[in-house]
Amino acid sequence: MTIVDIGIPRRLVEFTVDGETVRVPEGLTILDACTATGTDIPTLCYGDTLEPANACRVCMVEVEGSRTLVPSCSRKAEPGMVVHTGSERTRTSRKVVLELLASATDLSTTPGVAEWLAETGADPDRFGPDAATVAQPAIVDNELYVRDYGKCVLCYKCVDACGEQWQNSFAITVAGRGFDARISTEFSNPLPESACVYCGNCVEVCPTGALSFKREYDKRADGTWDESRQSATTTVCTFCGVGCNLTLHVQDNEIVKVTSPHESSVTHGNLCIKGRFGWQHVQNR
Amino acid sequence: MDLKLLDAVASREEEEAVAGFAGGGRDQLLPALHAVNDRVGWLSQGALNLICETLHVPPADAYGVASFYSLFALEERPERVVHVCTDLACRVKGAETVCEVLTEHVGAAGKARGGVTWLRGPCLGVCERAPAALTFQAGDPATTELVAPATGASAVLAAQREPSPSDGSPPLIHQKDGLRLLRRVGVVDPSTLDGYRATGGYAALRNALRMGEAAVLREVTDAGLLGRGGAAFPTGRKWAATAAQPAGPHYLVCNADESEPGTFKDRVLLEGDPFALVEAMTIAAFTIGARQGYVYLRGEYPRALRLLRNAVAVCRERGLLGTDIMGHPGFSFDIEIRRGAGAYICGEETAIFNSIEGFRGEPRTKPPFPVEKGLFGKPTVVNNVETLVNVPLILTGGAAAYRAIGTEASAGPKLFCLSGNVERPGVYEVPFGTTLRELLALAGGVPEGRSLRAILLGGAAGGFVRPDELDLPLTMEDARAAKTTLGSGVVLVLDDLADLGGFLLRIAEFFRDESCGQCVPCRIGTVRQEEAIHRYLAAGSDERALLREVGGVMRDSSICGLGQTAWNAIESAIDRLGALG
Ligand SMILES: Cc1cc2nc3c(=O)[nH]c(=O)nc-3n(C[C@H](O)[C@H](O)[C@H](O)COP(=O)(O)O)c2cc1C
Ligand code: SF4
Ligand code: SF4
Ligand code: SF4
Ligand code: FES
Repeated sequence: MTIVDIGIPRRLVEFTVDGETVRVPEGLTILDACTATGTDIPTLCYGDTLEPANACRVCMVEVEGSRTLVPSCSRKAEPGMVVHTGSERTRTSRKVVLELLASATDLSTTPGVAEWLAETGADPDRFGPDAATVAQPAIVDNELYVRDYGKCVLCYKCVDACGEQWQNSFAITVAGRGFDARISTEFSNPLPESACVYCGNCVEVCPTGALSFKREYDKRADGTWDESRQSATTTVCTFCGVGCNLTLHVQDNEIVKVTSPHESSVTHGNLCIKGRFGWQHVQNR
Repeated sequence: MDLKLLDAVASREEEEAVAGFAGGGRDQLLPALHAVNDRVGWLSQGALNLICETLHVPPADAYGVASFYSLFALEERPERVVHVCTDLACRVKGAETVCEVLTEHVGAAGKARGGVTWLRGPCLGVCERAPAALTFQAGDPATTELVAPATGASAVLAAQREPSPSDGSPPLIHQKDGLRLLRRVGVVDPSTLDGYRATGGYAALRNALRMGEAAVLREVTDAGLLGRGGAAFPTGRKWAATAAQPAGPHYLVCNADESEPGTFKDRVLLEGDPFALVEAMTIAAFTIGARQGYVYLRGEYPRALRLLRNAVAVCRERGLLGTDIMGHPGFSFDIEIRRGAGAYICGEETAIFNSIEGFRGEPRTKPPFPVEKGLFGKPTVVNNVETLVNVPLILTGGAAAYRAIGTEASAGPKLFCLSGNVERPGVYEVPFGTTLRELLALAGGVPEGRSLRAILLGGAAGGFVRPDELDLPLTMEDARAAKTTLGSGVVLVLDDLADLGGFLLRIAEFFRDESCGQCVPCRIGTVRQEEAIHRYLAAGSDERALLREVGGVMRDSSICGLGQTAWNAIESAIDRLGALG
């Protein structure tokens, strides 16, 4: 979270980032502290509403005295820590991690990655034409969303959002292990046979477009998805008394997607099926 | 949590297998999966559903856990499965020939035919009798048969007939003199407590109870005992840190996963002297204030399982486990044996916790460290089998006498696992500081007529040393100074005829297979490493720069020790042996 909410008074921790002394409230991660003080660190699996899984290893920084690099998204800032975010070692690590990911995964709908690849001088092709990938056909087994796991970076966010951190539905998990690990329902059964309640919270947190709303997926497929023509309006859901905030994404006078603001202290970006998908009646023509 | 269960229904056999778990919680997931897999040979949707209903676990979660382990099958498979080890030591000793004969007579690996299937797999931990094969036969009860050393013919026979229930022969120790850790192995009946007591067993616990926790802690610390599981962390410090934690309960976990290729010392201790481990764990529990201990035992050690189960049961019967142990009021401790299910990563100390708790065996991020937040989020000591078995020695002879063995920085006796092209493979016990040359001589050196090419020291996560480095004293500090490691005590000998390229490929394949998949550098890096070695072996292309960069990032940015060390052996083969160039 970029906003440093001090809440009950907390002690301040003083440490160094790239030679500058930084003071932040105790309990913040290195990433929080850097974001709050204007140092940019790329992340992929970091979720602003989720416990860090620290699995992607894109956000690694150098902490003096540590044998290995350190995930900034989960390591708490400690007094006297000396952190380097742009050293040779961190740059090499970021480059290779991105190369590995890009060589195995379709990152075409992952925001940010193209720039990071260019910035670090990454060359995913250097692993050769026969490099193993996670390419596979997209799974379209319901009317509401599409699972295109050829784009999945295994960030664990959807599993955490569906499971104990938010929805408590436990419809999906990581199955298999190593390079064969993948997001799956039990026995890879179709989603409609699983415990999924179609809240769409997994889609909300997916950073790569591996999970997407069917409307968006179809429009991308027929070439009519155009974010530059879209506007977003935040309003209040009227289905029940909770009163969640809905952000309507509208393209050409048609609702094409509903998300929810992560800053909302009530829902943190989570919705139920009605708020997320119950908008077709607005525009039945 | 409301569970949405599957529609599939369990068979009568599956129901019987799960019946014993009624009222259990999620931490019974691994045992329940074992129960069905043992009984039926695989896990159907109906069986998984019943397990989920019984233990209140969501089906997707249980599927994620079951699919993590290689000993479980989620598609129907025959009741008899032969695991052929194709790992390092077995490879050197002709495992490929065994596979060829099996393919010819039984069919391709993984294909079911006539009620049997055979699979290629990682180290079975019987490297001294390589090549090895282990048959699992599902049923009530399930049976196993270890065939080692295996030939093509004996492996085919094992595939074709019901296994004659045998969990292998007792460990054979070639050494005779000066043994401390191994002094009972092959000498004392490992199934009787009386045999153990007659040879000094339980004197150490009596001493510990008399001395009190603080004094035991001081003695273990003063002895300078270093962990023998690979990381060489001071045991006294670990115990003290856990003992001092105000949060409770405290747990003790004995790491008996031993899946490092080329390592079999813990198996020899477990099979040859199981009561020593029970006594050592009881002392550790007393010292750190734990009432519950777990032995996390790898799933491929049937003999160790049988003997350890017996030892725990006998000790419970005789008041050496349970409440008021040895009449010491208020001191209670018990041990549960947890069987692993085929996952090297579960030897990583935090992955063990997840595995015992019924989650995927993925390592956790450190900090927090186990001494603070370990099993079930509570302060936990994790110790290797060999580490623990040193404790009774310290408490009977005293720290000073213990320190007199070995060197200043590496105290005590050490077990090494010799395998590969060596005259008498086996576990050898020597004081720290013995040179590699002396150790090799104990095992008879390379067989006559051959010459030494290289030694893999410390296992797949270790490194190679050359024939001109044999004067290396085997201590933690000398190994570090020589930029190598003793790791878990692997000394795998390669002679001049060994196929080094194929050997390196197998190391890369091992790490690719055993990566848990959680973090990118390891999940994808180990695949790229294996691909690069393949390319080199097929086309001779120079992949060293690419390997170095990927390897360096795996070391720097992986979550756990598996990814961090996955490139060690290959790097040392390039740097010290001039391989892949
Ligand atoms: C991938 C991996 C596998 C490991 N496997 C084992 C094992 O099988 N047995 C073991 O004792 N330690 C193993 N370790 C080391 C343990 O994490 C831990 O350091 C050890 O059990 C601590 O006990 P000690 O202090 O008595 O050595 C492994 C570590 C890693 C990273
Ligand atoms: S589907 Fe999306 S959210 Fe889920 S693990 Fe893959 S990339 Fe992450
Ligand atoms: S999104 Fe669902 S929970 Fe939120 S207000 Fe609308 S109907 Fe109610
Ligand atoms: S380094 Fe490998 S084994 Fe360890 S957490 Fe990462 S993926 Fe899993
Ligand atoms: S954002 Fe930190 S590891 Fe992914």
